[in-house]
Amino acid sequence: MNPILMARTVKIGAKNLLMHKARSSLTMLGIIFGVTSVIAMLAIGEGLSKHQQDSILKMGSTNIILDSKEVVDESKVDTSNSRTNKYGLTRLDLRRIAGSVQGGEYIVPIRQINQSLQFATRRQPVILTGTIKEYSEVQNIKILKGRFLTEADALHGTSICIISNTLSKRLFAYHEPLGNYVRAGEMLFEVVGIYESSEKAVGAESVETEKVFVPLQNLKQRQGDLVISRSSGSFKRTEIQLDRIIVKNLKPEYVEGNSRIIQSILQFGHPVMDYEITVPLELLKQAEETKRVFTLVLGSIAAISLLVGGIGIMNIMLATVTERTREIGIRRALGAKKIDVILQFLVETVILSLGGGVIGVLGGVIVPELISAFTNLETIITPWSLFLAFGVSAFIGVVFGIYPAMRAASLDPIEALRHE
Amino acid sequence: MSETVVKLDGISKEYHMGEMIVHALKGIDLEVKRGEFLAIMGSSGSGKSSMLNVLGCLDRPSKGHYYLGDVDVANMNDEDLSTIRSQRIGFIFQSFNLIEQLTVQENIEVPLFYQNTPPKVAAERAIELATMVGLETRLDHRPSELSGGQMQRVAIARALANNPYILLADEPTGNLDSKTETEILDMFDDLNRQGMTIIVVTHDDPVAERAQRVITLKDGLVDHERFNS
Repeated sequence: MNPILMARTVKIGAKNLLMHKARSSLTMLGIIFGVTSVIAMLAIGEGLSKHQQDSILKMGSTNIILDSKEVVDESKVDTSNSRTNKYGLTRLDLRRIAGSVQGGEYIVPIRQINQSLQFATRRQPVILTGTIKEYSEVQNIKILKGRFLTEADALHGTSICIISNTLSKRLFAYHEPLGNYVRAGEMLFEVVGIYESSEKAVGAESVETEKVFVPLQNLKQRQGDLVISRSSGSFKRTEIQLDRIIVKNLKPEYVEGNSRIIQSILQFGHPVMDYEITVPLELLKQAEETKRVFTLVLGSIAAISLLVGGIGIMNIMLATVTERTREIGIRRALGAKKIDVILQFLVETVILSLGGGVIGVLGGVIVPELISAFTNLETIITPWSLFLAFGVSAFIGVVFGIYPAMRAASLDPIEALRHE
Repeated sequence: MSETVVKLDGISKEYHMGEMIVHALKGIDLEVKRGEFLAIMGSSGSGKSSMLNVLGCLDRPSKGHYYLGDVDVANMNDEDLSTIRSQRIGFIFQSFNLIEQLTVQENIEVPLFYQNTPPKVAAERAIELATMVGLETRLDHRPSELSGGQMQRVAIARALANNPYILLADEPTGNLDSKTETEILDMFDDLNRQGMTIIVVTHDDPVAERAQRVITLKDGLVDHERFNS
């Protein structure tokens, strides 16, 4: 087909569609909704998975996280207060792990005790976190003022602490925090550093209890492993050596092997599962798999709506062919070849579906924005989803346009001319 | 004598109606010279319509040869027949058969576009033809805004657009009153005087009167042939 006739065909096709504005726009609606829903659903899926991945990556993709877990054994429930509940990771575990893992960059032990921190008359509940200087490498602690824990702190077990900027604001309204002493129960700590809080809403009343970092050695010497807490009138004695061990690997490739080594080490000395191993990398893999399934399901739903849109177009085009049978006969008598007739009808379908595709893409850009604005769902529009949706709509135009067009072209010119 | 434009050589046409075979044309021989004005008459069922369809290259004969100009079109495929229609035949129908959604000018241009004529040339030709049939002021009108006589004049202009070998008219005045009928037939006479070969299929005597030669079909055969002086 030559360009002159093609341009003419497109012009006539557009003119025909414009003559039936209501019909054309209703026909397009199917494609518009289809394309919009494809893009919107993929954007929602992408947003959800990004959210999930972010929270996993926050744990560190090369980390292996071991947590102590209290075992509630019904058969051993002892009503007497004297009994001490002893569980969790031990310093022996730490030494064994340190001696066995390969390609481990840092191995960071953590002990956490709920306490309240007091300066003058102000008091804030905190998590007293005993750890070593490598903690800042593993969890990306950003020091705003002063310093973090050092090698010397670990050696000497100095009584110092590092607090967050939000906590500093609450405790030290009118004082310089660095160099001042804060009280935690019986213990006094000198504030030597301030780190940036991970909380987003700085200044707002926070529900999250802030971490206060102290040397692990110091916490062990002064607090010991035994914690006595009071709950509903009875005392609860808990003996625990380490709450958490984070193993940071040099490369993601080491994660799988090391997590297996750690598992086999911990099997000794822990007859009950009083610990938990979290491997963010594995979670990430699972999350990716989940995302794939999710995208597939959402995509299929959206694809069905596109399909319905395409069938709508085909339906209308078949009606149009019947309506314009006589015109087809006239054109054939005046020298139109079958291919000319096919193209004439195909052009109309393609205009409809491409038009619907363009409007649908616009809708697909706007709708996720609205969803983000009115709900707290994060949505991410990926460029490929726009191309995909648009491409599919064009494809549908051709596929569903072919049949009506072929039917128009296969009409016998003599019969078509006689058609009323 | 001038050259032969149409030569039918033993043309027959059969239709299969289920089990039955209908012989619409039973071996017709006919020659039409350039510049001739021929009328084909006959009662309904005489094979007139089949004859028209074959002459107009809308249908292929079952047997025989049909030379239109220098080529035998009897056994051409659909695509080649389309090209022949586009280049060598001008159709005029009883019910005008203009395309409703196109303007007068666009209707006249239709055959030109299937010949790949550049838009500018086509537009010039369409205006020239519209002027010839006296509709130069109606170029942007839709067929529905025209009278029957005007519509048929547009159809004549359209049929002439491709400089056809033959102008094939099927009951061209069947839907017109007697005054417009005369008007259209005068136009046919004019065209014929300018050298256009015209074949009219009709059962109307006043139309046939204008032709130089009248053939009458009966049961798919040429029954008789007469010359008007």
